[in-house]
This record gives sequence, structure tokens and C-alpha cells, in this order.
Amino acid sequence: MATSSPASVTGGQGAARPAFRHRHLLGISQLNQYEIVDLLDRAEAMIPISRQPRKILPTLTGKTQINLFFENSTRTQSSFEIAGKRLGAQVTNMSVKTSSVAKGETLVDTAATLNAMRPDVIIVRHGSSGAVELLSQKVGCSVINAGDGAHEHPTQALLDALTIRQHKGRLAGLTVAICGDIANSRVARSNLLLLGAMQVRTRVVAPRTLLPKGIEALTSEVFTDMRQGLEGADVVMMLRLQHERANGRMIPSVREYYHFYGLDAEKLAYAKPDAIVMHPGPMNRGVEIDPAIADGDRSVITEQVEMGVAVRMAVLDALLADREGAA
Amino acid sequence: MSKPIVIANARVVDPATNRDAPGAVLVENGRIAGVANGAPQGVPEGAEYYDAKGLIVAPGLIDMRVFTGEPGHEYRETLASAAEAAAAGGVTSFVLMPDTSPVIDDGALVDFILRRASAKASVNILPAAAITRGLKGEEITEFGLLKEAGAVALTDGRESIQSAGLLRAAFTYARNFELSIIHHLADHTLVGDGVMNEGTLATISGLKGIPGEAETVPLARDLQLAALTGVRYHAAQISTGAAVELLVGAKRRSSEVSAGISINNLSLNDNDVAPYRTFFKLSPPLRSEDDRQAVIEGLRSGAIDTIHSGHDPQDTEVKRQPFAEASDGAVGLETLLAAALRLVHSGDVPLLTLLRAMTSRPAEILGLESGRLAVGAPADIIIIDPDFPWVVKEAALRSRSRNTAFEGARMQGAVMHSFVAGRPVFSHAATEERLNT
Repeated sequence: MATSSPASVTGGQGAARPAFRHRHLLGISQLNQYEIVDLLDRAEAMIPISRQPRKILPTLTGKTQINLFFENSTRTQSSFEIAGKRLGAQVTNMSVKTSSVAKGETLVDTAATLNAMRPDVIIVRHGSSGAVELLSQKVGCSVINAGDGAHEHPTQALLDALTIRQHKGRLAGLTVAICGDIANSRVARSNLLLLGAMQVRTRVVAPRTLLPKGIEALTSEVFTDMRQGLEGADVVMMLRLQHERANGRMIPSVREYYHFYGLDAEKLAYAKPDAIVMHPGPMNRGVEIDPAIADGDRSVITEQVEMGVAVRMAVLDALLADREGAA
Repeated sequence: MSKPIVIANARVVDPATNRDAPGAVLVENGRIAGVANGAPQGVPEGAEYYDAKGLIVAPGLIDMRVFTGEPGHEYRETLASAAEAAAAGGVTSFVLMPDTSPVIDDGALVDFILRRASAKASVNILPAAAITRGLKGEEITEFGLLKEAGAVALTDGRESIQSAGLLRAAFTYARNFELSIIHHLADHTLVGDGVMNEGTLATISGLKGIPGEAETVPLARDLQLAALTGVRYHAAQISTGAAVELLVGAKRRSSEVSAGISINNLSLNDNDVAPYRTFFKLSPPLRSEDDRQAVIEGLRSGAIDTIHSGHDPQDTEVKRQPFAEASDGAVGLETLLAAALRLVHSGDVPLLTLLRAMTSRPAEILGLESGRLAVGAPADIIIIDPDFPWVVKEAALRSRSRNTAFEGARMQGAVMHSFVAGRPVFSHAATEERLNT
């Protein structure tokens, strides 16, 4: 999978670490395994910053970060905001609902307007696949994809990988089962791309209505029976079901979905005894996951949130601080 | 009347008679006065002489599916700008879709289009009228009055009628006036939120897919209703191998059934869409390479009758959008012939078969006199250099909108001259001169 060796991406930062060669982080698909490992290592180094009394590593002092969220997301937006602030950046949250976007301004025009304010990085979440890439073509600063449609959510996949690595000590050779609404999930796509690049055995588990055509291209195995899908798994990754949308069309009822695809103790018993349970949040307790499992000792869900801040600090630092050195 | 014209030393290609031989064409009084093997005979005094050595002379193309912005969205395209683009592309007649604002669903609007066209447009514009009022798919329009006003066929343009009962009524009533029905195929519930061909590429891109069945399910219904009612039915455009199979079966039973295809679906596939290139967002969507090969075979075998540009001018405002939110459509009048000739150069389709799909077949389906090099037929003629190399440049397009799916494409083959009713409406040399001075 890798297209270049670590040595070839050296950017002149001395022996410590090669400079990150990308201007944007639009998706996992743009990264090779060395760059993924690099970002995970950088993120791991960021973890202690958030655990110390004065949570500051001022590598981005004087930098301007704009959070532009076209879809509401308290969790991801706060995570990016805190990450930026811990690195010393000035963070502005653009409220889309009260802005000119709500008055019909096109995405390209919004990009031009924001660009004129000379930000250093724009964090974008948008409901349409490819929208963040489109915006990135129209601005002079770095862009981080915080989720575009059903396409990618790269920092989620990185934080998931970091969480797994923290628990299992490695990625290669593990078996990860991703369960639920694969069809509409950017989290699933980014995770499948990342885990695939890291030689992880991936499985997707879902009813056929939630399996998009051609998903075999992104995963090692496909299961419609959850027990089989969890058999021997090291990691069980649950996805949020948009049940308001899916009900009656993609699944007959929450009751039936939970019966066959909700993670409970009985189904989890098919996974390895030390398997961890993950969820990108926000959870629908009783829809895709039994509350007892979500809060149980196998769950690493709150730890994912902590890793999220570390990963976002690492990505911001890689994109901004490194580029400054390179320029 | 215009001066007589002689086109000599040409390779005369007339799909209607399977002629492909050296010869000459003589034009008088706007009509074809003679088609000779070898040297022209009986050339009248003062005739304009064209030496077509190394060139093809053929009937002007008839494009079955063209959208403009007049009336209502003139900034996208007017009848005059569309006609200029058509003339440059060798299209001497085109069927105008009724998707304008207001919709062409009334005799007075058909009359308006014909008057505007005759005053402003250099090529023949053939208005197709709406099947249903406002293209809403609810009530049928006044087919008889529309025909009297000059509508060449009935179609709901981009829209696809969902009700089988309404279609049956429309098909039955259209027969009353011997009007052809041209119907776009899209089952709304199967298209759903889909924006590109369903498959691995859509899944990787996180885009909702449109299955081929969104086209074949309504096609199967339409073919049964066409058999039931005996209407002259033309499937506006198909894109899948499965649709070709349905057509083969239906054509075995009826000669009143025909089908068209966009040059885009013959030339491009869903790989061209990635990543999120909205100029390749089309309806029907670009399909897989397997489907493309199957529709090329359908064209060769005659299961598919006509090739059109699907010319659909859209401004950048609606195209430079996230993929799912961008409008469908691409301009195509100026690239239709060159893109089609690729299929000849690649050995996929014989020249006569290709040109038939853009000349005599559309003429037969629409009941036109043109589309052939027959004595007495209107002198709608083009002279083609089948090997002329050129590169498509968005900025050089004559259309008011520049949303081409062939930007930067290297083409082999261009129109040198176009004549409508014996009048020269386009000259490649004059264009070159204009660009060079």
C-alpha cells in the first residue's frame, strides 16, 4: 500500500521527525502507512499535555483557526476547539445557522470570504461528500476534514486507531469488526481505509440494506450475522444508527435492529475475551448498544474522546507548525 | 434564393441509402438537386464550388435532445447561441426540450419558439411539447393543438412520468394525432437520493448510487404500454446493458419502438466522475465500463437507434457545488460529432452506423424530410474532415454555458462546413481566421 518510504518524505526538520508533506487533511485515502504511524506517534506525544495542570504547548501561537461546521456537532467541534487552544491558536467558531450560508451563499463564495480573513486552518464539516475537498481548492490555508457526507472523517479514524494501539500495543494483525450503518457512515469508510493500510483484518457487520454496493473493495470480510462477524474479534466498533431516517425503509424497527445487530453481552461473548468496545458517539443506547456494555469495563468510549483531542492537536501541529518550518 | 452549390471530390456518405462512395452533391434552391458518383454533372452557372478532397459530405446531424435557456434562463443559453453552437458542431436540426420557463406545454409557446427560431436561429429548431402540464406528470396537455402549432413530438424532457395509468392515457391519446412520445426513464423511488452510478466508486466516494434498475424498471413498463397502445415510442436515453436487452426483445415484436443514447454514455464511464467532478454529473449517470461496452454493442446491433448530445447548458453557479448539490447536465452540441467519431477511429462502430444514428434514424422517428442526401430533400448538409485534430477548450465554446464534459479532450475529426437549406451557416476556415486575427 505504501507509496514512499519514511526517508523520502523528510522535510528538513533534522533527525527528529520528517515534516508532514500534506497541506490539508481531507481523508485517510491521501495517507500512506508511514504517515499514519507518524500522526499516531505525534498524537501519543500530545496525550500528556492534556493531562498536565497547565494544558498548553504553544506551537501555534498567533495562528488563526476557524471551525466551520455546516452540520451540528458539539463533540467534534469542541474537540477541535480545545485542541487548537491547547496549542495556543486563536479559535473562531463560525455559526453557520446565523451566517450568510443560511441566506443561500454558495460554498465556494463562503470559502472566498473566509479566505480573505487570512486564517491558517479551517476545520470543516459538511453534509455533502466531497464538499470539504471543494472548499480546500478555493482557499490558501490548510483545511481539515471534520466529516463530509458519507465520505470521510479522518481524525475519527486516527483517534480510533490511537485508542486501539494504546490498548493492544499494535494494529497489524488485529481483527476489527465494524458494525451497523455502513452505508451512511463516513466513520466506517475512514476506519476501513486506515485499518486496511495498517494490515488490520477488517470486517463489516450489517443488515443487507445498510451495506452499500461494492463495500467488498474496502474490507476484508462482510457479515450479515453479527455473531459470526464478532467471532474472534479484537475490537468491536459500533456505529450510530440514524434510526429516525432508517426506520421503516432500511430496517423495519428499532426493536428488530437491536435484536439482531445491537451489541449486548451475549453477542459480545463471541469476540475475544479481551476485546474492546468502541463507539464514535453520540450513542443510541438500546438501539445499537446495550447501556450495560456502553458503560461496562470493556468499553473504551470515553477514552476515544480523550484521544480525539490528542489526535487533533497532532494534526494541527503537523499541518501548521511543520509547514512553517518547511516554508 | 441562395446560390447553387457544388461539393465535389467528396466521400459521399448517406446512411439512408448505405452510400459511402466518392462523388459530388449539387444543391439548388435550398434543396439537394443531385448526388453523383464521381464528377458532378449539370453544374449550373454561377454555382459556389467546394472542393471536398479528403473530406466527407454527409447529411446534417439531427440532435434529438437539446435544452436551452430561452425562454426563462437566457443567461444559460438562447435559441440563437444554441443554434450557433449547433452549426459549429454540424447539427443542422435539433429537437428542443420543453423544460423552459414557462414550460412549452401550450400551442402559443410552440408558436413563440418557432417564430423566435426563424428570426434568430441559423439551424432548424424543432420544438417538442410537454406531455403533461408544467411537466408535473399529472394532467396531459393539448396534444392536438400542440401538433397543429408545430410540435414535432411529445416529451416531458428531464422529467419522468411515474404513473403507469397516466402514461397509458398519454400513449393512447398521442396515437390519435400520430405523435411520437419521447420519454426519459427514471423511477423516482429507485433513484432516491442517488447522484452517480451505484457501485464501488460511489461507495468509496460516499455518494448515494443510482442503480441501473432506475432505468430498466420504467423501461419495461413503458415497452409494455407501448405494445398495449401502439404508440410510436422513443426511450429518450438509456445507459445500461440491461436496457439494451429489453429493447432487443421489444423490437422483435414492434417496429414502433426506438431508443436514444447520449454521446456521454457512449464516450465516458463512472471512473470519469471521481473525485467529485460535477461536470460529469449527468442524467442518466455515467455507468460502468461494462455498461458502456454493452451500449456500444447496442448501437452496432441497432437496438439503440439514435445518438444525441443531451446539450444541457448550466452556469458555473449551479455546477461548482458539492457533488450531491450540483445540477445535472453538460453542453454537447459542439462536441457531439467529434466525440462520436472516436467510436469510429477506435474501430468500435462503422461510420455509416454512427452517422445513421444522428441523421436518417432521427429523421424517420420524427417524420422529417431531412437527414438524407436524397434529391429533393432539404439541403441540410455538412462537410467533415474526419481526421482534423483539435483540443476542446471551454473558453472557445460558442454556447453561453461552458459546462462541457470534454474539457481538454483531444479530438480527431471536425466539421468544416455546415449548410442549412443550402445556406452556409458555419465555416471552419472562417472561424480559424477569426481566431487568428
